[in-house]
Amino acid sequence: MTSKTMLRLGLYLILILFALFYLMPLFVMLTTSLKSLEEIRTGSLLALPRDITFAAWSEAWSTACAGTKCEGLRPFFWNSVLMAVPAVMISTVVGALNGYVFAQWRFKGANLFFAMILFGCFIPFQVVLLPMAQMLGLMGLAGTIPGLIFVHVIYGLGFTTLFFRNYYVTIPQELVRAAKVDGAGFFRIFWSIFLPISLPIITVSVIWQFTQIWNDFLFGVSFSGAGSQPVTVALNNIVNSTTGVKAYNVDMAAAIIAALPTLLVYVVAGKYFIRGLTAGSVKG
Amino acid sequence: MEWLERNVPKMVLAPSFVAIMIFVYGFIAWTAWISFTKSRLMPKYDLDGIGQYNRLFAAPRWDVAMNNLFIFGGLFIVISMIIGLALAIFLDQKIRAEGVLRTIYLYPMALSLIVTGTAWKWILNPGLGIQETVRGWGFESFTFDWIIRPEMAIYTIVLAAVWQASGFVMALFLAGLRSVDGEIIRAAQVDGIPTHRIYSAIIIPTMAPIFLSAFIVLAHLAIKAFDLVIALTGGGPGYATDLPATYMYAMAFSRGDLGQAASSAMIMMMVIFAIVVPYLYSELRPRRDQ
Repeated sequence: MTSKTMLRLGLYLILILFALFYLMPLFVMLTTSLKSLEEIRTGSLLALPRDITFAAWSEAWSTACAGTKCEGLRPFFWNSVLMAVPAVMISTVVGALNGYVFAQWRFKGANLFFAMILFGCFIPFQVVLLPMAQMLGLMGLAGTIPGLIFVHVIYGLGFTTLFFRNYYVTIPQELVRAAKVDGAGFFRIFWSIFLPISLPIITVSVIWQFTQIWNDFLFGVSFSGAGSQPVTVALNNIVNSTTGVKAYNVDMAAAIIAALPTLLVYVVAGKYFIRGLTAGSVKG
Repeated sequence: MEWLERNVPKMVLAPSFVAIMIFVYGFIAWTAWISFTKSRLMPKYDLDGIGQYNRLFAAPRWDVAMNNLFIFGGLFIVISMIIGLALAIFLDQKIRAEGVLRTIYLYPMALSLIVTGTAWKWILNPGLGIQETVRGWGFESFTFDWIIRPEMAIYTIVLAAVWQASGFVMALFLAGLRSVDGEIIRAAQVDGIPTHRIYSAIIIPTMAPIFLSAFIVLAHLAIKAFDLVIALTGGGPGYATDLPATYMYAMAFSRGDLGQAASSAMIMMMVIFAIVVPYLYSELRPRRDQ
């Protein structure tokens, strides 16, 4: 064997070992969720389940106790859906219009405002947590799903604006100028020139916002009430519930259920997911 | 009518402008103000100097939290960068099934940190997790009980965070490697320059902006890391794995100490701004020249 093939083999070996490192927790979660508690106690962490049972899954979905409520993840899963869908839609629409203005309708002070929005993307949310709790109370939205939607729209705006601005800025301004000469107005130009070419960036924005909002924990735990907790908060409550026997298989099933929507998005539209991640960090 | 047409762009931005002014900058100002008052359970608005900051810096728990931030942040950033860069370079060698490997390396980034924390908490628990498994293979004295040892627990946070984010760094670096001009590399290859020299002398130096981006994103993740600590260790044992984010949360929502919550949040913001402001400044400047 030449040293070159040795090198290639070593390379593949390292790459596969890393793949195993990244896959291991998912594998452990999945196998644990399919085992009985008895088998978990006597068997090995890395062993495949001997008798596959879906009992833990149905318990995680409909009867596991999160805090005092023993209805499983189901109600909280729907809370997350009810929260994420409107929040994603609103922040994407507003971001698209904002980005369109910043890219194509510059006015005095626009650069400064754009910089201010950009800074807003980077603040640690801890710094707005206290006043937001007070504000939601004043608005009568404390502990409600509309309150959470409001918070996610406000603090998601920065990123969606950034996405669309960086996308629209590549479109030549002559196009807009020509359309204006032809008598088209602000919304007409947006509707018939910009919107038709926006599908890729809308996808990026929707996926980014959905992942952020679905996976959020800080706002959920700070601003939700007993009836409006998102799935991440409920998952944490189930795992840390102190009543009864520690049901690791239920914990793992619950974790997978909470992770499924974003995992699915990643598998189906990974390309756009990566573009969102990089657009948020590298100037577009 | 013409006035309207001219001002439509501004009117479209106006709601966002108002929202950002109130909910970002106004709220920061409110938190800053509260951090200079004697607020406890309820906000008080009489200024009282830097008393809260003195209390904060004197609190042993805050000391632990800041120490942990530097240990966790430092290790998390350095290890994620090394793994990310190595994987990117390895994947750049015309690897078969590159797409599959890339997908596997990056999927943790799609998960909630609560899910990540839950999974690793189970894997790392000494009773039934990795420790017991390796012992079952015959290594009776194998110990891996970091998660229950106060002086080691912070490293389990590093482990889980690196697992989550290193694939993302790989994706950033791989995109960077692929954007280096192929002509230059081919010319270097024709001249017989060895591959490792091509990387160290030509490719990596041109990727400086990507190192910076990766650093900013990772530093930002590190300072905001809250979910992971809550799910993995709950800040424990004791408060051994507290970070500024969990300290702030504890003060705000379980201790009812608004003054401490506000001052710790302000310190967090200053740490982030010390890192991010120079970066954003350099990013925004060339745009104005365009």
